[in-house]
Amino acid sequence: MKFGVIVFPGSNCDRDIQTVTQGLLNAATRMVWHQETDISDLDLVIIPGGFSYGDYLRCGAIAQFSPVMNSVIEHAKQGKYVLGICNGFQVLTEVGLLPGALIRNRKLHFICDRVPVRVERNDLIWTKDYQPQQVITLPVAHGEGCYYADDSTLKALEDGEQILFRYCSPSGEINPEHNLNGSMNNVAGIVNQQGNVLGMMPHPERASDKAIGGTDGLALFRGLLNSMAVA
Amino acid sequence: MAGKYHARIYVTLRSSVLDPAGTAVESGLKQMGYSEVAGVRIGKYIELDLTAANEDEATRHLDEMCDRLLANTVIENYRFELTQLATA
Repeated sequence: MKFGVIVFPGSNCDRDIQTVTQGLLNAATRMVWHQETDISDLDLVIIPGGFSYGDYLRCGAIAQFSPVMNSVIEHAKQGKYVLGICNGFQVLTEVGLLPGALIRNRKLHFICDRVPVRVERNDLIWTKDYQPQQVITLPVAHGEGCYYADDSTLKALEDGEQILFRYCSPSGEINPEHNLNGSMNNVAGIVNQQGNVLGMMPHPERASDKAIGGTDGLALFRGLLNSMAVA
Repeated sequence: MAGKYHARIYVTLRSSVLDPAGTAVESGLKQMGYSEVAGVRIGKYIELDLTAANEDEATRHLDEMCDRLLANTVIENYRFELTQLATA
């Protein structure tokens, strides 16, 4: 079981992820420079947060044409796992591995906070170590995290139970008041139809070490490691 | 005979997509006293030069560039104007 973390110019959460997967969980982790094309040794690719290519034009727009991204698309098409966090989620929508787009937050603010997020299901590899409807607290830090998709795409996401995380109240209610950035249907994270590609705006890697506050994100990485070690 | 073209590309948000920046600018204009203003939408304007065999080829390549990079057609529309600069 080997994790790979893609490093674009401007990525800034890459080492945070490595600290969790390698440092806390002792899992083999390789940092993958965006110019590389051979990622066949990896079981799970993580596209980290940050500001790839300065977020010029649109967030994630330039990163989608990095040499490594063709390999990531191929990796996903083989049914292997891809996780995009924050800027990584934006890259995954730009490259078309996930539907929809992430646009400016409803109230324009860059939001840096810890927020309640509801885990919608736990029968996918991503959330094995959580309970369905469990409310967890994760950090968010984004200016363009408002999820947008047209009505038919949104319906397909709901029908296919592809919305894995939603912004919610501390007690787990999904309502406009606790939809921090204006995302449609309170979307905080979605998977593709096959379930092997996950994009999420909150940062589980920043909520994995007690020393820096919450540990609600650690179960995501631990669950992945346990599931894939067994597989 | 190849020609050099100048393109002016306008990328605008689809009408179904909220534009909080446009809304903020609109309220700014209203606070300045321009109460007649409505429907502010902020887009992008891109200029570029390109060489192409003819206008059709230039148009085709620009469409590709817009679809693949310059616009995200999930949330944006685009249009462009093309003018010939000189014959190479």
